[in-house]
Amino acid sequence: MSGRGHTFRLAAGGRIDRRRPLHFRFDGREMAGFAGDTLASALLANGVHLVGRSFKYHRPRGILAAGVEEPNALVTTDHGPGRVTPNLRATEIVLHEGLVAISQNRWPSLDLDLGAANALLAPFLAAGFYYRTFMGPDLAGRNSAWRWLYEPLIRRMAGLGRPPSVPDPDRYAGRFAHCEVLVVGAGEAGLAAAVEASEDPGQRVLVCDEQAEPGGWLLTASGDPGPAGRAAAARLDSLLETLRRRVNVTLLARTQAFGIFAQGFVALEERLGDPFAATSACRPRARLWQVRAGRIVLATGAIERPLVFPDNDRPGIMLAGAVETYLHRYGVRPGDRAVILAACDSGYAAAEALHRGGTEVAAILDLRPGVDPALRARMEAKGIHVLPAATIIATEGARRVRAVVSGRIGAGGAVVPGPRIACDLVAMAGGYAPAIHLFSQARGALRWDPAVHGFVPAGAAPGQRIECRGACAGILPEAMVAPVHGALPVAGDPDRRKAFVDFQNDVTARDIRLATREGFVSVEHVKRYTTTGMATDQGKTANLNALAIVAGATGRSLPEAGLTTFRPPYAPVSFGVLAGTARGELFEPLRRTPIDPWACAAGAVFEPVGLWRRARFFPRAGEDEAAAVARECRHVRTHVGLFDASTLGKIELAGPDAAEFLERLYVNAVRNLAPGRCRYALMLDEAGFVIEDGIIARLAADRFHVTTTTGGAARVLTLFEDYRQTEWPELRAWPVSITEQWAVIAVQGPKAREVLAPLVEGLDLAPGAFPHMAVASCRVAGIAARLFRVSFTGELGFEVNVPAEEGRAVWKALHREAEKHGGAAYGTEAMHVLRAEKGYIIVGQETDGTVTPDDLGLGRLVGAGKGDFVGRRGLSRAALAAPGRRQLVGLRTEDPARVLEEGAQVVAMPDPAPGTPALGHVTSAYASAWLGHSIALALVADGRARLGTRVHVPMPGGAVAARIVPPVFIDPDGKRVHG
Amino acid sequence: MLLIRCPFCRMERPELEFRHAGAAHRLRPADPAAVSDRDWGEFLHDRDNIRGITAERWHHVHGCGRFFNALRDTVSDVFLATYEPGAPRPDVPGAGQ
Repeated sequence: MSGRGHTFRLAAGGRIDRRRPLHFRFDGREMAGFAGDTLASALLANGVHLVGRSFKYHRPRGILAAGVEEPNALVTTDHGPGRVTPNLRATEIVLHEGLVAISQNRWPSLDLDLGAANALLAPFLAAGFYYRTFMGPDLAGRNSAWRWLYEPLIRRMAGLGRPPSVPDPDRYAGRFAHCEVLVVGAGEAGLAAAVEASEDPGQRVLVCDEQAEPGGWLLTASGDPGPAGRAAAARLDSLLETLRRRVNVTLLARTQAFGIFAQGFVALEERLGDPFAATSACRPRARLWQVRAGRIVLATGAIERPLVFPDNDRPGIMLAGAVETYLHRYGVRPGDRAVILAACDSGYAAAEALHRGGTEVAAILDLRPGVDPALRARMEAKGIHVLPAATIIATEGARRVRAVVSGRIGAGGAVVPGPRIACDLVAMAGGYAPAIHLFSQARGALRWDPAVHGFVPAGAAPGQRIECRGACAGILPEAMVAPVHGALPVAGDPDRRKAFVDFQNDVTARDIRLATREGFVSVEHVKRYTTTGMATDQGKTANLNALAIVAGATGRSLPEAGLTTFRPPYAPVSFGVLAGTARGELFEPLRRTPIDPWACAAGAVFEPVGLWRRARFFPRAGEDEAAAVARECRHVRTHVGLFDASTLGKIELAGPDAAEFLERLYVNAVRNLAPGRCRYALMLDEAGFVIEDGIIARLAADRFHVTTTTGGAARVLTLFEDYRQTEWPELRAWPVSITEQWAVIAVQGPKAREVLAPLVEGLDLAPGAFPHMAVASCRVAGIAARLFRVSFTGELGFEVNVPAEEGRAVWKALHREAEKHGGAAYGTEAMHVLRAEKGYIIVGQETDGTVTPDDLGLGRLVGAGKGDFVGRRGLSRAALAAPGRRQLVGLRTEDPARVLEEGAQVVAMPDPAPGTPALGHVTSAYASAWLGHSIALALVADGRARLGTRVHVPMPGGAVAARIVPPVFIDPDGKRVHG
Repeated sequence: MLLIRCPFCRMERPELEFRHAGAAHRLRPADPAAVSDRDWGEFLHDRDNIRGITAERWHHVHGCGRFFNALRDTVSDVFLATYEPGAPRPDVPGAGQ
């Protein structure tokens, strides 16, 4: 059955489905695997060990592990345009038909990589190399050489995969879930905990595991044909059978718990589906689970440590547990001739598994001086030689390990070179470390357990109900326990050969020793200086060896040296998963006014204002923006314009104390406002600065309609609520947002009354009967309306409020009338120009949180004889009335065509010396076609005393001369609004 | 994501529904005009930045809309109590200040 592509597949065994062959491509080569394979196991079955090049030195790298901890075997998968994903661990990619995988960090090819020349520079690429080397010359400014020369080169040479270049077409889902018990890890301990927790059918139990199949180490152990294997298989079947019968259990495969947050909140990434399956079109590619768990059981297992000897990174050098997993679970023989390097007995299990699978085991090199004689005899009976007190002092082989040189460790650690042993596989049994990452993320305290030579959970995580079970709690079989060796002893100078600690970031034992010699003592500093543990695998296989080296070099014990912090995510998570559906149109909601469809049909150009989109202008054939805005302004000044003001914030305030409430919140006198009248009002913060403006309209003695700025609607309502609920709970006044209940149509211009009159019922619009700043209920185009006589243009104006659902019909009726009078719709840009010509402010444009009513020339609004109001105490500070404050003025450029830049500084001299304080700044600037020159508003120190003065506004290309003028450019006497 | 118990809704809801609203138990003077500039400045701007248990205001903005007070441990982020505005600061074990 083996045939092409299955050269290293065992004849039988493993959990793969041999009736379902699959085809895939790796770097363009056709290969074959079976359902149940990972990409890593299928590559090994095809005899492929070389799968990538390393980060810094471009060294050939193979598959080290069989799970999430894999540091080397990172590949890019390509499922077509936009479906290119870099930096996936081959050990976690579920094989499927048509999979296309590509190796990374090599050019032009994996076998011939020019970047490997970096290795020749290796003596210069030690820890801190970048910090020390790329310092100059600063030819074109500070660090110019770094920016223009070094960084682009380094970025091309270093790094892992390349990011995708086109948008991801796939869908990512999200789910919120609640459960009484969340079990992380579906190995034996996790499954047993789930069985226990789910006995009560009222307990919702969620179990997640990063692997495609639940079972953890049982999946490997059950592949042993002996009695131990049969027992493991029976145990796994029984646990899974029990869980599957229970409806209160949800078992999630390929689901990584990557972060634990406060109060039992856990984030899971569920990887879904085969992108080529028929059902995949509507299925999401992955799902983010946000789980709130009553309690959490962590059964995250343990991670095997590599052993640190010279050139320990060649393809074919693997973790012993991974070797066993590939043999037992995937039916794959990772080599023809193996050497085992063992720090504990688990290496012997790997040797036996290899032997059974037909791999010749050349030798077991055991670091320990004493080896259990029975174990040794069992090996020798199979023809496997065991060498106690032995290590590896060198390895050979270009793209795959070809041989190792053994060494004999004498008393005191001196190493004597031993025989060279030819092999194409090295299995490292360095002992296992409890996977405490998630527990530590939850701020659980850790302690060093000398019995397992590892950090284990100590007590509880504060504010959490977390329990650790199995190997992650430090419960490990003795065969898996070994001291943390750090770097193994070598013959000769250890700093002359590369012994890798962190495979993914290419950090060697020498780098770490060098860092300690340079004075880095804290493990957190050593980590940052050498980058050990800072790659995408976060040092899952590297950290303890690195700590042991730091401890050894600084004369401390490992627990004294301490541990670096574990942070989410436990394993890399795709941005698509985190973004979920919040992409494109769904990234943030778009608010549209009731009149928006009309504006769309009329060809409006829109602009975003907060979350709203508003019509900026309505271009006609042949018009650019300037021409359209000029025409729209002309309509309003000469005839009439219609403006969609529906986005204005609107609050209805009712209650017997409503007037008193507003009196305390606004600077204006409100109590004396008669029903049927409006007042332009300013709101201050407690410091005395303007934060809002709007119209207060009194509908009845106990009822007000208050408008706010478009952007301030929510903020003002919150402020109303805050004072009502917490400062003045005795006041009986209740606000409610009515922003979205009313559509607002501004009718502005000398013909505004003629446009409205034929449509209005129940109200006399004559100037005497309905004067400027009046408000009334009536019907407009047959619809019940609140009609305001207000102006934000300086012209005769009305604002028609009708229920939102009638907004468009009323707009259309008004538009028909307006057209009869030479009128047209205008957009926000014309609105801005019109209001600036009249000197009307916009809060947030003319104000910046440091501006008082008097600064704006609006001191008259502050009600005389009022009691306390918000901002009054602030205004009374001497500094707010001191000379030199910036006051609102107009600016007229000497060149009438020149439009100033908003935000530009205003200075006295055209070319002031550096350090000269500015007099002020430009707050608004427009071309006014109506006036025939540009206009600007500015805040200028003592501005009102400087009327007529010449000032300068520095702009790109030189300062622009301008004259200070009053801020009202048209109709300073205000006759037109009363028309 | 934190769970916060709204004392008006009487249930724990996720943090997303709430907005932080500044320090609690900060009384606006009844007659601000009688307050010195220094005291007014302190009232406006000076805030404790406590390592430990702090009293702060929260707004159930996407829920019932009410403001309330909470005691939170700034080290562990654990909410020890939530209570209505105007109510005295509750005694909470470990809140030794």
